[in-house]
Amino acid sequence: MPKVKVDGVEIEVENGTTVLQACEIAGKEIPRFCYHERLSIAGNCRMCLVEMERSPKPVASCAMPAAEGQVIFTNTEMVKKAREGVMEFLLINHPLDCPICDQGGECDLQDQSVNYGGRSSRYELNKRSVKEKYMGPLIKTQMNRCIHCTRCIRFAEEIAGVPDLGAINRGENMEITTFLEKTVDSELSANVIDLCPVGALTSKPYAFEARPWELTKTETIDVMDAVGSNIRVDTKGWDVKRILPRINEDINEEWISDKTRYACDGLSSNRIDQPYIKKEGKLIPCSWEEAFLKISEEFKKTANIGGLVGDLVDLETIFSLKNLLSSVSGSESVDFRQKDFYIDPSHPSNYLFNTPIAEIDDADLFLLVGANPRLEATMINSRIRKNFVSKKTEVFSIGNPGDQTYKINLLGDNLSILKDIEAETNSFADKIKKSKRPIFIIGESVLNSKQGKFVLETSKNILKKYNALSGLNTLHRNASSVGALMLGAYNTNQDVLKNEILYLIGADEVEIDNKNKFIIYQGSHGSKNTKIADVVLPGAAYTEKDSLYVNLEGRVQAAYKASFPPGDAKEDWKILRALSDVLKKPLKFNTIEQLRSKIFESFSIFPEINQLPKVKTENLSIASVDTLDSKVQFTSIDYYQTNEIARSSKTMMECKTAREQLAKTGTDD
Amino acid sequence: MSGKHVAKDQPQSFIFSSENLKTKDIILKKYPEVRKKSAVMPLLNLAQKQNDGWIPLAAVQYIADLLEVPYIKVYEVATFYTMYNLAPVGKYFVQVCTTTPCAIRGSGKIVEACKKYISSKEGHLSEDKKSSWIEVECLGACVNAPMIQINEDYYEDLDAISAEKIFKSFKDDSLPKLGSQKGRKGSEPIKQRLTLLKN
Repeated sequence: MPKVKVDGVEIEVENGTTVLQACEIAGKEIPRFCYHERLSIAGNCRMCLVEMERSPKPVASCAMPAAEGQVIFTNTEMVKKAREGVMEFLLINHPLDCPICDQGGECDLQDQSVNYGGRSSRYELNKRSVKEKYMGPLIKTQMNRCIHCTRCIRFAEEIAGVPDLGAINRGENMEITTFLEKTVDSELSANVIDLCPVGALTSKPYAFEARPWELTKTETIDVMDAVGSNIRVDTKGWDVKRILPRINEDINEEWISDKTRYACDGLSSNRIDQPYIKKEGKLIPCSWEEAFLKISEEFKKTANIGGLVGDLVDLETIFSLKNLLSSVSGSESVDFRQKDFYIDPSHPSNYLFNTPIAEIDDADLFLLVGANPRLEATMINSRIRKNFVSKKTEVFSIGNPGDQTYKINLLGDNLSILKDIEAETNSFADKIKKSKRPIFIIGESVLNSKQGKFVLETSKNILKKYNALSGLNTLHRNASSVGALMLGAYNTNQDVLKNEILYLIGADEVEIDNKNKFIIYQGSHGSKNTKIADVVLPGAAYTEKDSLYVNLEGRVQAAYKASFPPGDAKEDWKILRALSDVLKKPLKFNTIEQLRSKIFESFSIFPEINQLPKVKTENLSIASVDTLDSKVQFTSIDYYQTNEIARSSKTMMECKTAREQLAKTGTDD
Repeated sequence: MSGKHVAKDQPQSFIFSSENLKTKDIILKKYPEVRKKSAVMPLLNLAQKQNDGWIPLAAVQYIADLLEVPYIKVYEVATFYTMYNLAPVGKYFVQVCTTTPCAIRGSGKIVEACKKYISSKEGHLSEDKKSSWIEVECLGACVNAPMIQINEDYYEDLDAISAEKIFKSFKDDSLPKLGSQKGRKGSEPIKQRLTLLKN
């Protein structure tokens, strides 16, 4: 471990540290544009120059490995002059259009120019001009502003796995573009907007919407998939203006998917903002009292009441609904499944993603069983890709999920292969034998009543044999699934849909035959199931309430209120609490704190907030099953349209169209 | 000068001729299978030779597919290097050296002659579509400056008159003898001087 002296302070750093990192450890700020912790080192912006003893010239600290006995200075006249010089060069061709630039206020170039730049430019010739490039519906380009740090190119190639971006021409004519200006075909593409240190790549849907200092920032959780990416919601008044990633090394590092980032414009359209009641086949606006009275009348008629929980529902709401229905009808006919979905809730490991997301990095073998992580859980896929890139880990798959941005070895598409692996007649058995940390990822496509049991039990048998049960992972698609499972909101005996009264909470995906049924729909967005409902109650979307969500690992995370539900809409648990009063069966909590402590008291399985559940795979029961000769059938995923918020979003629609166009022209590689 | 001039009219497709397919295989054999993308430069050169001196975008895609790399990676290489042309060039493709030694010896006059007798715009075809010209950096014949390269031949020791003569000869394909236009052999002294001391 080399010892380095930074500005007179001696520090010891790990092997492989760069001088820039060493300076940071010593608490010195080094300006930079091209260097980024999660990308490869380019060393082309030269902003990080520092003085090194016995070196006649300043050195680029990002690309210089720290070595024993180095003496670094970051505050000398030489360094100051070097930074001023580099800044002056960078600004030669950078337009002075900060007042009309969306990056203004959060621009690295702006900040560093103020901190480290010289006084004024000595350049008197015309600045160069570069044509705007088309990069799809999300990324707005203003290439005059580009300083050619190549972060976007490196991100697309290394993290997103779609090497579409490149630098053409040379020297002062260098330009960043995609080949023939095609759309960047990645679910992670919009992260280049955050990476761009200047205003060259900015957000198209957010263009000219707000200045960063006008926005209220709320740190919360995403619900577009089951991963629970950490996000920051920026609001101006009621309006959610944009969503940015928040660093969480255990989940999403510092990236988020395009759906997480841009479905937010769906929050302001297609909203239910007041209660409705169906009269003569038409939904008529009404007051909360009317709606509640109608519901209590219907509830008196029958005890056959079932509840169905949608994809984006939080813990509090599921718990309240379950308690309400059990106190009213005595039954606990609540389910979260909107399609044929096999679950085995006897042990949490049967439905959790048992490998902590961060430990995907340590795996040395992957098997996808009917899983398409790229579309089902984009952030998980970027972890797998990270592992694939850094360690060349082999990824195998049963069933062809299509391009996952890394190489996939297909074992076939018949699930009986699992049995062959168990019997060691398939060559994959040798791989898993040699592997120390194999990871099986089982997708929802095979978790159906026909195949689910076979896949789950056989996978457990295989993993058990090699003492790797912690590598058993179920890839859920929806933010509510794991929470509902942990709360026991599943129904084993009778089909919920057979009930005479159905209470739907944001359940938009299920097909319901509303003949002779009374349907209550509570949710934030109008959908096909709103139309068939007899009473519609306006709920809050995920950015409009304090709530808890459980991600696919079983990690409980708190989402916070960033904006308000529109019109008369209320937070979902409050609606259920108020309804319970009207039904004269009041729920035993009045505040969210009481509600939460009730949940944690009743269900010991829940870990503390932000912690993983303490689940041991050792005592997992395993059944042996007969072999099943059945093929993997992937359920189709319309990535940009998976839930009602995304379907209400104009941006998501544009992304969908752009992707369809790309597939049509065949320039997709 | 801004980035490279890329032709607007592009052919729909490009494939190597059967002869060049054999050459391609020979080129690819020079690199290990896992490093075959290293063959991008010789293959681009091969495509340029086959396609009358310029590389269409279809060839960029064709080569990228051959080497299993993204299109943009081949496009980057093709736009980076000045010797790859991305727009049609004339049958006589004139490259005028304008680096310092040639510039001191009067390459400016050669450029003017190009504008007058070939095309007023650099990199664009002449009216009879027979020739085009570009400025290039040092071609390594400074002793005989100023000089131009026409296709693969050097014409050296030029001045406005000899340049005009060459450019006019394109019309009936009667190019003068290549090499020095002052009649000296290679880079030997003019007038058979044997030492620097004697005139």
